[in-house]
Formats: sequence, structure tokens, C-alpha cells
Amino acid sequence: MAKLTTNEVKTIARLANLPLTKKEETGFSSQLSKIVDYFDELRAVNTKGVDPTFVPVDLENITRKDATKPCLTQEEALKNSPAVDNGMFVVSKITSNHLNNEQ
Amino acid sequence: MSEITKLTLKDTIKDLEEKKFSGEELCSAYVDRANKLNPELNAYLTLCKPQKGIPAAVKDVFSTKDIRTTAGSKILENYSPQYDATVISRLKPVDISILGKANCDEFAMGSSGENSAYGVTRNPWNLEKIPGGSSSGSAAAVSADMCVFALGTDTGGSIRQPAAMCGVVGLKPTYGRVSRYGVIAMASSLDCPGPITKSVGDARTVLEWITGADGKDSNVAETKKVKGKMKNDISKIKIGIPTEYFTEGLDHDVKITVENAIKQLEELGASIVEITLPHTEYAIAAYYILIASEVSSNMARYDGIRFGGSRDLFGDEVKRRIMLGTFSLSVGYWDDYFAKAAKVRTLIKRDFEKAFDPSTGSGCDVIVGPVSPTVAWSLGEKIDDPLKMYLSDVYTVPPSLAGIPGLSVPCGFVQGLPVGLQLLSKHFDEETILNVGEAYEVSTNWHLSKPQIANSE
Repeated sequence: MAKLTTNEVKTIARLANLPLTKKEETGFSSQLSKIVDYFDELRAVNTKGVDPTFVPVDLENITRKDATKPCLTQEEALKNSPAVDNGMFVVSKITSNHLNNEQ
Repeated sequence: MSEITKLTLKDTIKDLEEKKFSGEELCSAYVDRANKLNPELNAYLTLCKPQKGIPAAVKDVFSTKDIRTTAGSKILENYSPQYDATVISRLKPVDISILGKANCDEFAMGSSGENSAYGVTRNPWNLEKIPGGSSSGSAAAVSADMCVFALGTDTGGSIRQPAAMCGVVGLKPTYGRVSRYGVIAMASSLDCPGPITKSVGDARTVLEWITGADGKDSNVAETKKVKGKMKNDISKIKIGIPTEYFTEGLDHDVKITVENAIKQLEELGASIVEITLPHTEYAIAAYYILIASEVSSNMARYDGIRFGGSRDLFGDEVKRRIMLGTFSLSVGYWDDYFAKAAKVRTLIKRDFEKAFDPSTGSGCDVIVGPVSPTVAWSLGEKIDDPLKMYLSDVYTVPPSLAGIPGLSVPCGFVQGLPVGLQLLSKHFDEETILNVGEAYEVSTNWHLSKPQIANSE
């Protein structure tokens, strides 16, 4: 029994902004279902009253002075960008993309 | 001059001080060797030509200023960092030079080295076998004497397991001892940079160099330094042997090899007690839920805007983990998967705390067991079955979830392939596993064995 149908895989991929091919959608559906089935073994563990652990060692907040320090120049900061215009990163139009997805 | 490349880091430093050879001779010996063996092993993705300093291999997830850093991924094929990771900048003042960027599973996700977008690294002991992963190139390079030592990262075994499979020493420090600044993130609540070396003493030296707060990783505290010298006497050491690490699934010959190593530790004076880590069987499920969740969040930064290519360039395993994480964190599943796994993590952590605690548990100083249930498997054997691949991390993942340090030391061979002994201790107590590991190492000759390829001229 596939826990994650191809449609669910498509939905998750859209949430994760991950372009998948048709072949990947089908392949992942069976592979991920098998893994999620295995994850379900955790249901057997009694975790009533147990606090979750998000960081494994006891740490206090470690802070530093909020002071300016030397940083990258504009040229350095932009050097790895595939698209630069007039000293700025070129980004895609988020709102119009969003609307396109809804259509 | 081929003998130069066989030396440990400590002996290399000593011989340099005694002027037995120069830094130029040292570098040229390693550069020649790395260039000669790399076509066969594919341990390095980028080879540099250092002319001075002590040449080290650096896993390709460490940012190195103006040296291409790919994390084994096509998405970072042309990425050249603007800055050095803290660990890298700590090595420069002690005269370490970068010989090359070591191959690894893409974004450190994998247990076999096969997930690199730039081809698999081969195990120097047998070219048809995996070197382990994800620090595949780092371990292979140390094993084949293609560097003096290497840096790797360990999230669920990625230093200890390849070190074990390549017959070298690997140390995963306590979470929060070594800064992650400039290390390309996989799972932020588990990632630990650490050394892969030719001896336990070398691991101690490198750990000293790279340890400590830098003001750039908010999880790194200023901690007590590890002492520079080993303590030979392990007669007061109590070693716990977890029942769960010797059950079904552990290869028979690996079991015997590890049991012999435990006998050796007993002969050296340590007392042995059986302990139990009852939640071990749930560690893999909890781990893969947690890391997939952290991965899906960490990988969101790859949008192809500031650096890197587009998201279709991710390989299969990265995509799988992004998908699993997005699933585990999504509305309706959060409680059942992510939150549940985080609670199971607490129980796993408590298992270890109990084993180390003299008032409520066994009061062990060290926990000892195998690193991996098998020796290196054949290339391609598990690549189409991700779950099978995940399950091979069964002994390295629980200590990672608990954040405790772990050391892998060579302890024998099965069918000509190396076996690693895993030593675990309390948070920030690397000192004890290094002492016990070194006492074991000096009483055996396993660490002196070299793969045939390393003996070739």
C-alpha cells in the first residue's frame, strides 16, 4: 500500500519548490512510501510526558557584541551570482510566479 | 622519498623540525602521489599545488576562499567561496596547507560515497568496494597516503564509518565543540566537523587545533581543551558493551573482530560491563525524520540567485531527503513525525546518560562497539534501496542524536577489508576515548597496515 501517492508526491514537491520529472514522481512515490512506513515504527514508542530534543547539548545563548565588522565588498558578494544587474542580484518575480502556479 | 607520505602527522612535524626533509619536499611528495593515485580512486574533486606547509585533504563541504567548493553537487559546480570556514582558518597558522578538496556524497548525504555528482570514490583496500561515506574522499585519501590527514564532517556517522571502512582513525567531536561556520550545512542540530587521521594521536592534535568558540557559531561554547598527551594507563576505565550493538544484523566475522578488540582492552586493564541502550532500534527512524526535516529547511537556500545553479540539479538522495523532510514538517504530519522523532531523540539521549551515570546506571567511562554492521560493501549494492542504505548507520546514528563524541579506530580485517572499533564517551569528554583508543592502538599493529595501492611506487 503506497502511503504517498504520485499526487501527494507532486504536492510535496511543489511545497519544497523542487522540480521533479514524471519518472521521479513515480519512483519517489514507492521509495518514500517504504521509508515512511519504516518511520511509522516510532508509533510503538511511548513518548507520553517526554520533552522533545532539538539540540543535543545543554547550551546557554552564546552572544557577541552587536558591532559592525569588516564584511564582503559588493563585488565579492555578487561574484557567485548567475545574474547580476547594476550591482544587484537579479531575482525572479515572486508574485507573478505565485499567480502562475495557482492557474 | 616515497616513505615521507607514510608518516603520521606527528612524525611529519617531528621530521620537519629535525630538518630530515623540507616543507617543499613534503608537499611535492604528496602532490605527486595524489596526482598519481587520484585517477584510480577519485578521492579528490579539486587538487591544489601547495609548495609549503603540511598538506591536508579537506572534504568539499568546507568553504575555502577562492578554491572551488562543490559539496559533491552539480548545483555548486562553479561555486568559489568568498571566505574560509573557521576550521580552515584555524589550520593556516599551524602551517597546514590544502592539498585538495575531497570527494563526498552530495551535501554529505550518503553512507557509501556513491551519491557524489562527480563519481564514486573507490576504497583503497579493494577498488570494487565503497569507501564509506559521506566523507568518502577524505577517508580514502588518508588510507592511500594521499594526504597527511583530512577533515571530514559527521552528522550520523560520516567521519567514523568511512574511517572504519578505509582502515584509518576518525573522530566525531561532541556537538558544539567545533565551529560549523563556513561548513555547508546538512542537518544543523547534528553536523560536527572533525579529523580523519593515520593515528589516534594525530586526531588529538587536529582536534586541539580546530576546537573552540569563534563567535560565528552560536552553538559552540568555549570548552576545556583536550590535553595534548595521552594517558597510557586505562586500568581505572570502565567500558560498557551495549547488548543492542551485538544482535542480529551484525556480520558474524565483524562481531568476532570487535569482540577480540574488547578482550584486548580488558587485557590492558579496563573493566568490562554489559550495558543496555534500549531505544537503539528506533534511532534510524528518528534520525532520518529529523535530518530530512533539517535538510529540507537548509536546502531552501539553494535558489540559484546569490550562488549556485537551479534546484533541478540536486541528485536523487538530496531530493528524497528534501521530500521526506517537507512531508514530516507539513500540516497534519508534524506531530506524528517531526515532534515524535524529537521526543524519541530525548529517550535515546537518556539511554546514554544512564549508561554513563554511576548513580542511576552503569557508570561507564566509555562505550565500545562496532562502527558498522559490515565491512565495505560492493559498489552499487545498496544504491537502489535507500532504506537498506539508511539501516547501515545503525551504530553511528544513536550517539549522533545524543551529541556525544565518537572515535573509530582500526581493529582488524574481514576478507581483506578493515573493521573499525567505535569508542563513545560523555559530552565534551573526547579526552577519555582518545586515551583508550590510543592505548588500544599502541598495543596492536592494525593502524600500520596499508592497502596495496599505498605501497605502490
